Amino acid sequence: MENITYEAKDFKKGQPRWCPGCGDHFFLASLQKAMAEIGVAPHNTAVISGIGCSSRLPHYMATYGMNTIHGRAAAIATGCKIANPKLTVWQISGDGDGLAIGGNHFIHANRRNIDLNMILLNNRIYGLTKGQYSPTSPRGFVSKSSPYGTVEDPFRPAELCFGARGHFFARAVATDAAGTVEILKAAQAHKGASVCEILQNCVIFNDGTHASVYKPEERKKNAIYLKHGQPMIFGENNEFGLVQDGFNLKVVKIGENGITEKDILVHDAHCEDNTLQLKLALMEGPDFPIALGVIRDVEAPTYNDAVEAQIAEVSEKKKYHNFQELLMTNDTWEVK
Amino acid sequence: MTDNKQNVTSVDNIAVRFTGDSGDGMQLAGNIFSTISATVGNDISTFPDYPADIRAPQGSLTGVSGFQVHIGAEKVLTPGDKCDVLIAMNPAALKTQYKFCTSRSIIIVDTDSFKENDLKKAEFQTNDPFEEMGIKNEVIAAPITSMCVEALKDSGLDFKSSVRCKNMFALGLVCWLFDRNVPYAEEMLRQKFAKKPEIAEANIKVLNAGYDYGHNTHASATTYRIESANATKQKGVFMDINGNKATAYGLIAAAEKAGLKLYLGSYPITPATDVLHELSKHKSLGVTTVQCEDEIAGCASAVGAAFGGALACTSTSGPGICLKSEAMNLAVIMELPIVVLDVQRGGPATGLPTKSEQTDLLQVLFGRNGESPMPVLAAASPTDCFDMAYMACKIALEHMTPVVLMTDAYVANGSAAWKLPKLEEYPAIKPPYVTPDMKGSWAPYQRNADGVRYWAVPGTEGFTHILGGLEKDSKTGAISTNPENHNLMTHLRQEKIDKIQVPDVEVLGDKDDAELLIVGFGGTYGHLHAAMNEMKASGKKVALAHFKYINPLPKNTAEVLKKYKKVVVAEQNLGQFAGWLRMKVDNFVPFQFNEVKGQPFAVADLVKAFTEIYNK
Repeated sequence: MENITYEAKDFKKGQPRWCPGCGDHFFLASLQKAMAEIGVAPHNTAVISGIGCSSRLPHYMATYGMNTIHGRAAAIATGCKIANPKLTVWQISGDGDGLAIGGNHFIHANRRNIDLNMILLNNRIYGLTKGQYSPTSPRGFVSKSSPYGTVEDPFRPAELCFGARGHFFARAVATDAAGTVEILKAAQAHKGASVCEILQNCVIFNDGTHASVYKPEERKKNAIYLKHGQPMIFGENNEFGLVQDGFNLKVVKIGENGITEKDILVHDAHCEDNTLQLKLALMEGPDFPIALGVIRDVEAPTYNDAVEAQIAEVSEKKKYHNFQELLMTNDTWEVK
Repeated sequence: MTDNKQNVTSVDNIAVRFTGDSGDGMQLAGNIFSTISATVGNDISTFPDYPADIRAPQGSLTGVSGFQVHIGAEKVLTPGDKCDVLIAMNPAALKTQYKFCTSRSIIIVDTDSFKENDLKKAEFQTNDPFEEMGIKNEVIAAPITSMCVEALKDSGLDFKSSVRCKNMFALGLVCWLFDRNVPYAEEMLRQKFAKKPEIAEANIKVLNAGYDYGHNTHASATTYRIESANATKQKGVFMDINGNKATAYGLIAAAEKAGLKLYLGSYPITPATDVLHELSKHKSLGVTTVQCEDEIAGCASAVGAAFGGALACTSTSGPGICLKSEAMNLAVIMELPIVVLDVQRGGPATGLPTKSEQTDLLQVLFGRNGESPMPVLAAASPTDCFDMAYMACKIALEHMTPVVLMTDAYVANGSAAWKLPKLEEYPAIKPPYVTPDMKGSWAPYQRNADGVRYWAVPGTEGFTHILGGLEKDSKTGAISTNPENHNLMTHLRQEKIDKIQVPDVEVLGDKDDAELLIVGFGGTYGHLHAAMNEMKASGKKVALAHFKYINPLPKNTAEVLKKYKKVVVAEQNLGQFAGWLRMKVDNFVPFQFNEVKGQPFAVADLVKAFTEIYNK
């Protein structure tokens, strides 16, 4: 952290050109607010995106940035972070950019555990190409490229992240500034690849896709905010909770059937075993609430630190440290 | 050739081909032979010819690997079309490698591995493979395996480990045949097996047994001596280096000169992988190598590393270039420096993974969407890979552009004696960094006199900016679809490349009065030069213009190409370089020699073809 304090406006640049009401506007404001609170200088921050509506975001940031090519943001961000490990690197991708064309880079950045803040803006649609289904669109989804409904199942981003041995997964709704800022700060605090799934609306091609949690009053009913060390309680009046029922989760009403707050599960985001965290991340309505907040946050060695440590370790052991010395490690002969 | 002593013949040069199963250690034997020859001042050129199969069945025809060593009193330009000595450790080697023999070649075979079963594996029909193949050469038939085991009977080594030393017996025999310095070979073995002294001593024992066998039995009627030409001999400290290692060293040297961290993003691919292997060893030089999830990420991460302020490289072969094209193109429009290494192999698609071609030229020049100009360099020989890798980095960093360095399987795996360079003698590398006085007025696509935009590395205060794959306004750097601006930016990107200064192409041979100019590029230099030498030796007026800078072409290109009556462009593709030259030089209509066999050119074939053109 540097001594200078920042405000959101220090990270703002230009006039966003997204459609009015697009979730990207909300997210951008939250990101700038989070960055100000995090306090890393704009010139020590790089925001790297691929292609898509949300990938325009770096253009509106007063940081270093790249708006690159479709799907490759994670790979490009990887090189940037390894080459310049002092930078704080944010990767911005939509569901198409991050999980379709960029799926391979997404899983490997998680597996390697590069210290990137990987933002996945999920509106379950291709917006920039004007409305085709994405890898997160539900089965049967009708779009311009699936007029009779899709015949394929979607990815569930958390499942993909966990399957790739990801150590950090959090979720927020774009319209929920406080919830978004909170997970972005947690992502920054986490050393390693941090995936933040942002549920956001596309007003033009997929309006209402996250309707059950998009407005505060809906969220109260249909979402649960998970906090490490806190019981899993939700509902308009905090009347519901989650308990374990065999290998499954179960929603219970506190005060009914002898259930008290003590019976409710306590969230452990730091648990190495991701089984329960995955169950939480995959909860869906109407029977379950949608989990928001930091679902998994487990410390693990980062790739970039390990690279530096190995360089230091080998440098200590080896006797050659410049090109001329390298040459002399070979079998040589002299012609006189 | 002069007989200065009974049974010892002096020769100018000899080529020895060590062949056997992949696991027979033929490359080690060949390497030691070439190095001890170089030590006494001979020039050397080597080329391994290995199968695509990792471990084909023992003794099978597909499992034969070869290693050819060419040694000469004066400059040796190629590993040699044919060999003077063929070592065939089994019948499969004899069967597949005999084609590299002339009628005068001596053949050395291990009789212990020429038993009925071995002959069957090599698909011989009779018990006499020499008769069956009509071989009338001098054959030294020695029970190599059993003599090797006999030599080690008191060493305490088990049978299997003893047999593994048989390559040294063959080497010892060849050392006797060519009057080589055995103690130096012993020293090399002690270094190679420093951690296993008992193995070193066993190998040395067998090496001497091989030498003594030759000496005691007078295995050949004649032995040979290769003089070293003191007059033309280059003095200094040398090492044996192959092209891939030289390339890796060139990248390391350039990073050190530029004061930058070296980053390599790569994905394993034959025949380029050794560059990744080599660089991944040198952590003590701060080299960072990332074995990425795919070729795309290899190049994309290099683009990210370049943005981050490193000397960023990616290494691959042709199939990998297909995948990297997208990120290479991004580096073009973002004007970031990366070096893309293409170690060419046979194509299209997976093609011939271990073989050599020059078929990627048009791909690296043009294989991207949009107007996407990119400097292209091509290394002429194994040792030249060092210089060209260095220059590729210099051009990339000073002109803020991706650069393609082309080598090929032949120069990548071939080796030669290399005089150790002195880094202080290489030109400085000065990237166009932003300077503090630019703060406030600077924009990302502001250019210097060479048309190059400045480099503002993240972490530098006052220079935050965004780059990207979308067209940018030439002044503000903001996204722009303005037609005039796009036209301007397209021209600016092209002009930036056109302005790069490259050395003139040199004309070798009869540069004033040649009847025929031979033109080539990249890895064919040695063969074309040798062909020119042969033609000159027979009284013909011939010159050679060999190109290493492909884009931009040297300023004197048109002048050189138009100066001679006849020009032949010889290349290992169907005329890609000839086409590129015709695009750049008006009314240039050359003869062409095109061959795509996956093998280096044979000098004899070149001489024949060029002589026909000469006589037309």
